Amino acid sequence: MSDALIQLIIILALALVVVAYAFGNSAILVWVERKLCGHIQRRPGPCEVGPFGLFQTAIDGIKLMGKQIIIPRNADKRLFMVAPVLSFVPPIIALMVIPFSKHVQVRDLDIGLLFVLSLAAMNVLAILIAGWSSANKYSLFGAVRAVAQNVAYEIPLLICLITAVMWTGSLSLGDIVNAQGGTWFIFYPWGFVAFLVYFITGMAETNRAPFDMPEAESELTAGFHTEYAGMGFGLFFLGEYTNMLLMASLATALFLGGYNLPFIELTGDGVMTELLRVFIFLAKAYGMIIVMIWIRWTFPRVRFDQLMNFCWKILIPVSMANLAITALVMKLGEL
Amino acid sequence: MIPHPDPTQETLVLNMGPQHPSTHGVLRVLLKMDGEYVIEAEPVLGYGHRMHEKMGEVRSHNGFYANVGRMDYGGALSFAHGHVLAVERLSDIQVPERAEYIRVITTELNRVASHLLWIGAFLLDLGAFTPILYSFDDREIALDLLEHVTGARITFSYFRVGGVCNDIDEQFIEGTKKFIKRMRERIPMFHKLVTGNIIFRKRVEGIGIIDRDMALRYGVTGPMIRGSGIPYDIRKVEPYSVYPEFDFDIPTYDEGDCMARHKVRMDEIEQSLRIIEQGLEKLPDGPVMMEKVPKKVKSGPGDTFMSVEAARGELCYYLATDGTDTPYRMKIRSPSYSNLSILKEVTSGILLSDLVAVMGSMDLVIPEIDR
Amino acid sequence: MIATIKEIIGGAKSLLVGMSITAKYGMSKTVTAHYPFETLDITPNFRGHIDLVVNTKTGKHKCISCMMCQRTCPSGCIEIKAEKPEGAKKKQLVEYHLDFTKCSLCGNCVEVCPTKALEYSNEYNLVGTSRHDFHFELVERVVKRADAMGIVVVEEKAEEPKPEKAAAEAPVGDDNSE
Repeated sequence: MSDALIQLIIILALALVVVAYAFGNSAILVWVERKLCGHIQRRPGPCEVGPFGLFQTAIDGIKLMGKQIIIPRNADKRLFMVAPVLSFVPPIIALMVIPFSKHVQVRDLDIGLLFVLSLAAMNVLAILIAGWSSANKYSLFGAVRAVAQNVAYEIPLLICLITAVMWTGSLSLGDIVNAQGGTWFIFYPWGFVAFLVYFITGMAETNRAPFDMPEAESELTAGFHTEYAGMGFGLFFLGEYTNMLLMASLATALFLGGYNLPFIELTGDGVMTELLRVFIFLAKAYGMIIVMIWIRWTFPRVRFDQLMNFCWKILIPVSMANLAITALVMKLGEL
Repeated sequence: MIPHPDPTQETLVLNMGPQHPSTHGVLRVLLKMDGEYVIEAEPVLGYGHRMHEKMGEVRSHNGFYANVGRMDYGGALSFAHGHVLAVERLSDIQVPERAEYIRVITTELNRVASHLLWIGAFLLDLGAFTPILYSFDDREIALDLLEHVTGARITFSYFRVGGVCNDIDEQFIEGTKKFIKRMRERIPMFHKLVTGNIIFRKRVEGIGIIDRDMALRYGVTGPMIRGSGIPYDIRKVEPYSVYPEFDFDIPTYDEGDCMARHKVRMDEIEQSLRIIEQGLEKLPDGPVMMEKVPKKVKSGPGDTFMSVEAARGELCYYLATDGTDTPYRMKIRSPSYSNLSILKEVTSGILLSDLVAVMGSMDLVIPEIDR
Repeated sequence: MIATIKEIIGGAKSLLVGMSITAKYGMSKTVTAHYPFETLDITPNFRGHIDLVVNTKTGKHKCISCMMCQRTCPSGCIEIKAEKPEGAKKKQLVEYHLDFTKCSLCGNCVEVCPTKALEYSNEYNLVGTSRHDFHFELVERVVKRADAMGIVVVEEKAEEPKPEKAAAEAPVGDDNSE
């Protein structure tokens, strides 16, 4: 009885930490994005509120919360209200199974990867609901684009993940990270290709520029969140950044060896080692996010049909071939 | 390969504008769409109409100086140039040579600034957020230089009938030389960042093709007709001012797509820099305003027609006067207005994203369309 | 097939080139001014709203109330009130109203002035909470500016030659306008 209770308390405490972390992560990422884009565009970015403008996002969050929530007259009210929540909550829940270090993981599910993917797929549902319920043609266009794009890009994403799962032989994220040890999956050529494809599809899945078709503000004003004001928009924003973190964390766990250093096995279970592991994990994840931000502020947006062509004609065949090669290599290795 | 949309299917009407990020102001485009394919794009004008032509008919020639800048905020000096040349032709006024040189130098500098504004806005339409700040970085220098001479940054009111109101000084000449040097280093950067980029190329190559025939039929001018392979530039075909004394080329590309128009404008920046360089070299001494300036510019009854090459194409002023200092009739042919007329034919059957790209490549300035 | 692969490789290269450019600029110094704390120098040629020139000797304006500026203004934003006191030879400027909300800064008034009594101010930071904040009384401004410049206002009868010359010119302007 008491054992189970302690377990429950630990899980709840860790879950709380992760939820708090998700909020903090969004705040920090918004700041990082604005600062980076500012410097890329040769301006300082936020620099007034707090040191280096660190509290800018907090102030902006308060501003967004203070704003009136406007619901268009023709909108489907209930769905309209549900969509932002649906966009924000699933990626947070999915963060529960991410192994930030050996022990900093809320729950190591045996089907962790499936759990993450099923929750990550909720994002497209949220966008669809938002676009449909807004009763705005631009929003609808954004929603339609989002569905087509996410359905298409989920295929190469899954194939890439399957490649990693095949190599490590487990669906549990903890096991996958452990199996990589000092030799990350990305060090193998097939691993590298899988990572590359995953990175591109990950950007498309999180609807980041240059694949931000559902938003595409020069075409669709603001796409699916055209009609959202105040915190409704804020939640979409939080959802986007949490999704980015989720995508980067998955890539870190599956391809970049998670909390492992390259070629060196970290042993020991001390607090310091655990902290070091968390640091390594987050460094990798945020490194990827910074590259994503950098890409966003460099390139023009791709066109919708090109995006789909790129997925169906290049990414899916490449990832399929990669999967086959991986299988072949594994079989040859067994012989 | 874009399949041609089937117009018998159900269509929807999408109202793009007057408040839309990529209509650059208050242009409204009524789109009849089949899914994301545009079947028909109908521009609706008049949201920013301020009766500039009518104002020209109630104000004296001098009073119209301020209006020309309000029409085209990108290249205000070209509009001023056309106006003062028309009035001078109407009333036989000779302008000192130095003034004419200064007019050309500042107009070309303004053209560079206008094209820099365009490249930023065009890429913003295509979804690249950063190049606009790089181009504004350069444009800011050009505007600072122009501000130093004219006293204003956008709406200059600098040219006067009979000359210009301020002489250029050593600081301007030095600054302009530095600017030319800087721009020559920056243009390859833009080509690397933008022109060579595969996403950009895929977005603009083969999109919105205007062939020679179509360009001639609609009377499009400026970089748009030069992007269709016709070297039509008023500075060459009907030289005015002191342009015959300069050595410059008219860049043309035969493809007629958005990429060709982009390349034409990028090359035009270089050609404008050449003109400015030569102008500063040849700049004669002397007054910048004619000796005896009449307080009221009068002329006998008659009419005149003057066309100049503005940043966006051929700009014409038609002035008819009955002998007072106020024109009886003023007609302005503004380039963007005529260029916009082609939109319906070019954009039928293309994607919404391409419509945005085509409209961006047209370099529309809405205040000038609505006047 | 080979063409596609070539295109993909070339495209990837062009993307990397673009990223290297943004990275280069991202590392370099910012070019903006931190506005309220840091302002850029404004050129002395900047054309703000008009002001009456302060005579540095007498601390007074040079206007002779010839009304040229009021007549030439295309927007009708200048309103001059002048009166002839008992026994005086010439008109004296009482009020010079500038409605800056209407002004389009063409500069015709400054150029047409026969005594060069008008100049452009260098104020580019004009802010107000109502449109009445932009209705300037230029005669009052002259007094204030003379004060700020530390000029002691000299009393009447110190300026003999100037008004005569101006008075001679003023009718010319009137003639032209008819």
